[in-house]
Amino acid sequence: MIDLLAAADVIADKPDQILVGLKAVGAGLGYGLAAIGPGVGIGLVVGNAITAMARQPESAGMVRTTMFLGIAFTEALALIGFVVFILLNFA
Amino acid sequence: MKLQAMGLYFPDIEHLLNWPGILFEGSKYFELNKVGIIYLWAMIAPILLFTLAIRKSKLVPTGVQTIAESSVDFVRENVVMQTIGPDGMKFMPFLMSLFFFIFFSNITEVIPFIQLPGNARMAAPAMLALVVWVVFNAVGIKSQGFFKYFKNTIIPPGVPGALLPLVAVIEFVSTFFVRPFSLAVRLFANMLAGHLLLVTFAVLSAALWDSSPLISIVWAPFVVLIGLTGFEVLVAFLQAFIFTILTAVYIGGALHPEH
Repeated sequence: MIDLLAAADVIADKPDQILVGLKAVGAGLGYGLAAIGPGVGIGLVVGNAITAMARQPESAGMVRTTMFLGIAFTEALALIGFVVFILLNFA
Repeated sequence: MKLQAMGLYFPDIEHLLNWPGILFEGSKYFELNKVGIIYLWAMIAPILLFTLAIRKSKLVPTGVQTIAESSVDFVRENVVMQTIGPDGMKFMPFLMSLFFFIFFSNITEVIPFIQLPGNARMAAPAMLALVVWVVFNAVGIKSQGFFKYFKNTIIPPGVPGALLPLVAVIEFVSTFFVRPFSLAVRLFANMLAGHLLLVTFAVLSAALWDSSPLISIVWAPFVVLIGLTGFEVLVAFLQAFIFTILTAVYIGGALHPEH
């Protein structure tokens, strides 16, 4: 407990470094959280597209185009998370 | 921000993103840096490709003509016909220009000694997205009339009356603001992420090559780097394809409203 207080006393002198550290933590957590949903979403899109192609191989071309569209829309969220990561860390 | 651990020096992000001018330095309007030169190449390369292809055009294509014809065929069959239909053929030149400009500025990511995707900077993707925004709205207004286009866009068919205000606001925002923003960010962030990935593994390989006597560990990041380079070729193509096909989908939606 006393060690902890001593450590808090030391870092209280350097608010700039705390800000940098918190930004890095926030950026890392933010990108990780932003990647969860799109990860699941892209898995669903591609999995169902494969099911569709396996059932009806003659419609594979159409399914593939639509699959890329779905991936593009889903992926946008993860990429916005990546941009937030860059902005928090470096801007 | 610098990152240094165990003799491994990771270049700070400014070094990866800010390129000093290398041509016409000091000039206010004509100064060119590496990114600007990549865009010039991306503008000239498709012109060269198609000029070479039609110069000695034959009935049975060979060499460059095969590449040009199969790419035209690819955009026609996989982009225009799948999304707009036969009356979208008049947008072929626009979509082809988009596809080739984006592809040639992306592919510099894996060309040795250049190794920077032009689209890892926000400016050009944002500009392209604005052009696409203007085009699909102009097509919608021209083919349906201003008020009809606006009504068809923000009021999707078959929505119950109580939900209508909410859906209208969501559709308005998603069509007129999120569409250009996500088009630009998708292209930019994909290319920047790929570039950072390649830089990370290249730095790791170089640092290990300098310091580690263990051959197997030295080769591990290098093998990953080779694999990722192949993957980035795919990404460069895929992003150009996705940008083009989304443009075609937006134009198709403006041309044929849902009923």
